[in-house]
Amino acid sequence: MKKALVAAAAAAIFASLASGVSAQSLTVGFSQIGSESGWRAAETTVTKQEAEKRGVTLKFADAQQKQENQIKAIRGFIAQGVDAILIAPVVATGWDAVLKEAKEENIPVILLDREIESPKDLYLTAVTSDQVFEGKVAGEWLAKDVGSKDCKVVELQGTTGSSPAINRKKGFEEGIAAASNIKIVRSQTGDFTRTKGKEVMESFIKAEGGGKDICAVYAHNDDMAVGAIQAIKEAGLKPGTDIKIVSIDAVPDIFQAMAKGEANATVELTPNMAGPAFDALEAYLKDKKEPPKWIQTESKLYTAADDPMKVYEAKKGLGY
Amino acid sequence: MIWFTRRLRRLAPQLIALAIILGLISLMAPGFLTISVQNGRLYGSLIDILLRAAPVALLTVGMTLVIATRGIDLSIGAVIAICGAVAATLITDGYPLPVVIAVSLGVGIVCGLWNGVLVAVLDIQPIIATLILMVAGRGIAQLITEGVILTFNDDTFAALGSGSMAGIPIPIYLWVGTALIIGLLMRRTALGFLIEATGINRRAASLAGVRARFLLFSAYAISGLCAAIAGMIVTADIRGADANNAGLWLELDAILAVVVGGTSLNGGRFSITASLIGALIIQSINTGILVSGFPPEFNLIIKAGIIIVVLTLQSPAIMTVFGFIKASRRSDKLNHGTKEATR
Repeated sequence: MKKALVAAAAAAIFASLASGVSAQSLTVGFSQIGSESGWRAAETTVTKQEAEKRGVTLKFADAQQKQENQIKAIRGFIAQGVDAILIAPVVATGWDAVLKEAKEENIPVILLDREIESPKDLYLTAVTSDQVFEGKVAGEWLAKDVGSKDCKVVELQGTTGSSPAINRKKGFEEGIAAASNIKIVRSQTGDFTRTKGKEVMESFIKAEGGGKDICAVYAHNDDMAVGAIQAIKEAGLKPGTDIKIVSIDAVPDIFQAMAKGEANATVELTPNMAGPAFDALEAYLKDKKEPPKWIQTESKLYTAADDPMKVYEAKKGLGY
Repeated sequence: MIWFTRRLRRLAPQLIALAIILGLISLMAPGFLTISVQNGRLYGSLIDILLRAAPVALLTVGMTLVIATRGIDLSIGAVIAICGAVAATLITDGYPLPVVIAVSLGVGIVCGLWNGVLVAVLDIQPIIATLILMVAGRGIAQLITEGVILTFNDDTFAALGSGSMAGIPIPIYLWVGTALIIGLLMRRTALGFLIEATGINRRAASLAGVRARFLLFSAYAISGLCAAIAGMIVTADIRGADANNAGLWLELDAILAVVVGGTSLNGGRFSITASLIGALIIQSINTGILVSGFPPEFNLIIKAGIIIVVLTLQSPAIMTVFGFIKASRRSDKLNHGTKEATR
């Protein structure tokens, strides 16, 4: 028994030496909001993968949508003396006190996916996507794809008043601003769901002369696009050719549609927020290099040219 | 004939409201009322209304009975999610269609019976009793789908949501058929009458020999059954079970449909037909907003505005005023007539 313990300890020391000098087996606490959506589940999976890849010991806490749980988890991490803390904050306010406690213990804090309303010196950096930019990438793709042809676009918005809906709408409008041939003729909310996306698209098709006048659908997320694709098929038109489909998020199901030629493009909201966070953290711990206060994740555009089935297989296991 | 005119008088406010709403929408969106045949199926916004009303219409049938017993069923939105999740899981596991349908319907009835136990046996107030399943139900559905949108590619099951028979979408058959069967069951037997008796005064009904507990059980079970059918339609329609969003807030639309249909939340007299017209009114507003091209920020305001007008016109106070005007006019005429005669 004793021998085995010693051997295990020796192995552990050896492994930590072998894992490299840069990350001297860091211990990082991660306070996740919960698992309310497929994307959130994928973010958790990818964060664990990224930690494992770098030999970082990740302490994971699921807050089940409650800020008090997150604050408790952060206090717990501070008490355990972790090297750094990652937070996906559930709300924007109320973090000052607990972040000050972390600062006093010299534990750097990195925000993932959302920003907060606290003094910027209380955290190291925030890694988030730029929702306006996502919409802009989608718009620019469409402008390039249709060229100089006239194009009537129908838009399926997210939940009315939510920040992704507002920002992705704004970004798309910026993206097509230069192309006067592209016009958004109808815009309604599909509440980010498949059912509503399908229902709204059915009405759009009827309102726009049986759908023959519609040249493209822009959906604020992939789920609504999947619903719209079904509505288009049932109206006797071909999604992807008769009506182009461009959406945001890059969840696995849209790649299946893309492989069948029924969807044209999607802009990825990457679940890999932890990768850039760990990079910034390692650079900071090693050379005291302060990262910028905001690290923007890549909003990658996927089209049929990117081997959709391969992407689908890669994304399938992430928990979307 | 007398029966028919009496029915018509009962349904008149709802029918008039529906006609006015459809008229208004067709003014704003030309082509709204046209129906054509495309790919061998009827095609047009009116068909869309009948099709998209299916889930709420089904829920409304069960909700009418529950409300007639002086109860309320808040859980049916969550039951939609549970039954949809069960159906999608069984389909992906490769079970044959009859098994999938039977098990899903069974699960719906069990959910209804659970509510029945809480209300009829434990005497918990219906709004609290059904709130339990409303909150817990989505969690159960999440557990069944393991937190993802569970998709499937089974064309026969998908036909329940998006297929058509003789040019008419299958969900329309399902809700009209269910409403007919349950409506006949209620009105061609004494069941409906006994449910009304239970709703007006459960104690008195029991003392008079009505098996009130059994009737409460059946009302909630039928409500669960209707939710199960709606759940399968919703799931089949998008070829996937979305535990988070399937049937979300539909219980409120169903309650609204019953109220617009003129059935009192205090229980007693009910009319399934009037409730269904209420459901069609709600869906007409939803579809109308979509085709008329208002910005989405106005959706809920427009919906609320129209419903306030409909409910105000039906309110007892306004009805009394109408009755008064009518009566005074009639007596005017009568007075006038007698004066003429005496002259």
